[in-house]
Amino acid sequence: MAVKPEIRLTASALIFAVIAAGSSALPGDCRASSNSAKNATARQSESSPRGQILALSCASCHGTDGKSSSVIPTINGRSVEYIETALKGYKSGDRPSTVMARHAKGYTDEELRLISEYFGTLSTTNK
Amino acid sequence: MSNTLSRRDFSKLLLSGVAGSALGLFGTSKSAFASTKRVVVIGGGFGGATAAKYLRKLDPSIHVTLVEPKAVYYTCPLSNWVLGGLKTMDDIAHTYAVLKGKYQVNIVPEVVIGIDMVKNTVKLKNGKTLGYDRLIVAPGIDFKYDAIEGYSESVANSQMPHAWQAGSQTTLLQKQLLDMKNGGRVFICAPANPFRCPPGPYERASLIAAYLKAAKPLSKVIILDAKDKFSKQGLFKKGWDRLYPGMIEWRSVALGGKVLKVDAGAMTITTELGVEKGDVINLIPPQRAGKIAVDAALTDATGWCPINPVSFESTLHPGIHVIGDASLAGAMPKSGFAASSQGKVAAAAIVRLFQGKVPAAPSLVNTCYSLLAADYGVSVAGVYKLAVDGIVEIKGAGGLTPLDADDNQLRQEAMFAQGWYQNISQDIWG
Ligand SMILES: Cc1cc2nc3c(=O)[nH]c(=O)nc-3n(C[C@H](O)[C@H](O)[C@H](O)COP(=O)(O)OP(=O)(O)OC[C@H]3O[C@@H](n4cnc5c(N)ncnc54)[C@H](O)[C@@H]3O)c2cc1C
Repeated sequence: MAVKPEIRLTASALIFAVIAAGSSALPGDCRASSNSAKNATARQSESSPRGQILALSCASCHGTDGKSSSVIPTINGRSVEYIETALKGYKSGDRPSTVMARHAKGYTDEELRLISEYFGTLSTTNK
Repeated sequence: MSNTLSRRDFSKLLLSGVAGSALGLFGTSKSAFASTKRVVVIGGGFGGATAAKYLRKLDPSIHVTLVEPKAVYYTCPLSNWVLGGLKTMDDIAHTYAVLKGKYQVNIVPEVVIGIDMVKNTVKLKNGKTLGYDRLIVAPGIDFKYDAIEGYSESVANSQMPHAWQAGSQTTLLQKQLLDMKNGGRVFICAPANPFRCPPGPYERASLIAAYLKAAKPLSKVIILDAKDKFSKQGLFKKGWDRLYPGMIEWRSVALGGKVLKVDAGAMTITTELGVEKGDVINLIPPQRAGKIAVDAALTDATGWCPINPVSFESTLHPGIHVIGDASLAGAMPKSGFAASSQGKVAAAAIVRLFQGKVPAAPSLVNTCYSLLAADYGVSVAGVYKLAVDGIVEIKGAGGLTPLDADDNQLRQEAMFAQGWYQNISQDIWG
């Protein structure tokens, strides 16, 4: 495939960039997300890019902002604890599912927590 | 992780790469720090419409124009259900009214015929131009009509529909199926990889068989395949044996599956093993990125568009993002789900680039449901990460419906297939 050398090229350019730019220019760090619950808009565009971007994927089945209009369960309005317990249960296999286990296994526990926090706080700030 | 970098370290590398780009180290477009924030999106399908909506949702200060010639977009997902008589064309029709009214996306019902990368403008068929600070190109696929002797666009529009873009093509194929005699032979000719919707031809075979079993039970479906294996193969074959015994035949490339030539007048297909006559011939030709991507030199030798997987920015033309089927997205299949996932990643990246920040590491996901009968569904899922050679599947996650899934799970998956469709349609156009 012609694309592979292309991406490798990019990757090596990136290694150069990390030296040039230094790690101070990295807003994507997971830690930035924990103090983000205050303001939905600010959180959406500023403080938790990681939690938000992970959560955006969920909307493709669970509806925009986790509000489902079909047989698929709504996540919006659930508590952080509920969502986190469910996701970790899918991941471990304790909670039976058709497809959720296959998804949950793709995330670290930390990422599952960020997703849960995102939806959990989204619903309270929406009220 | 198979390589020595941890996942997060690698994300950092990619992130800082974009930071470098945004800081001008690698000569990205001047638009990174543009004072206006205008995004033009070409194409209002799964990729483009998602990106348009989410740009507006994530940052209402961005001005978004969506150029899409169709007033009504018919989705390919569920179009096989229409062929099977389970849905109508109205059920798969979407408009841009909500994007326009609620999300204030400027909808331009036009075709883009050129991109000026120096002036940052797109040219419309009506002669007008639109300026952009960032451009999203999401034109889907085009067909290589000249790849098969005797085949052409006019043959596709008359005798041998592909129905691989939904709309009049779907209606044409459906009419042919309705008009066919009991005992007729339906050929589905599936292309080699890569192509739009890897499980699509096999879902189609299933649901056409569902219709024939009820209405014309002496008929047969024969799949001529340019491949030697296909998506969800075990699940499909098991389902076909259970649901449609003797009705669906799959011929791999080794068994003469590759179509060499067609004769539209005689309704015949020539393969290495001889000539076949069909009553309905659904020829799905090989594909490449949509024409505008080819014309704008966004494609490489593969016919698809290479991109930076963090932002889906073209590696050939900075400032232009390519998403959906047209892009070379590593391990991600060419699906509507993937296109939409990529639309969100591109939107979130553009929001941050306009702020002078680096994009967050992307989260990319796919699930493709296929229906074998009204209450018989299967799925394949994937969660993706960035690795040294681009987007790869996270091992241990994703995968298929188990081969030994019980009827209850199959029924549930059929229900979720429909639920998925409702929710993703609403997430994109609703
Ligand atoms: C039979 C079938 C079944 C499928 N089932 C599923 C499924 O169950 N799940 C799933 O996830 N995927 C499915 N897919 C795949 C899915 O349809 C595609 O992957 C998806 O449509 C890709 O989205 P896109 O935005 O890249 O392109 P498209 O959705 O094709 O959108 C491209 C849009 O761009 C417009 N356009 C093109 N050129 C221009 C131009 N120059 N100017 C302006 N506008 C332009 C077109 O009019 C079009 O509306 C299926 C496909 C088929 C064929």
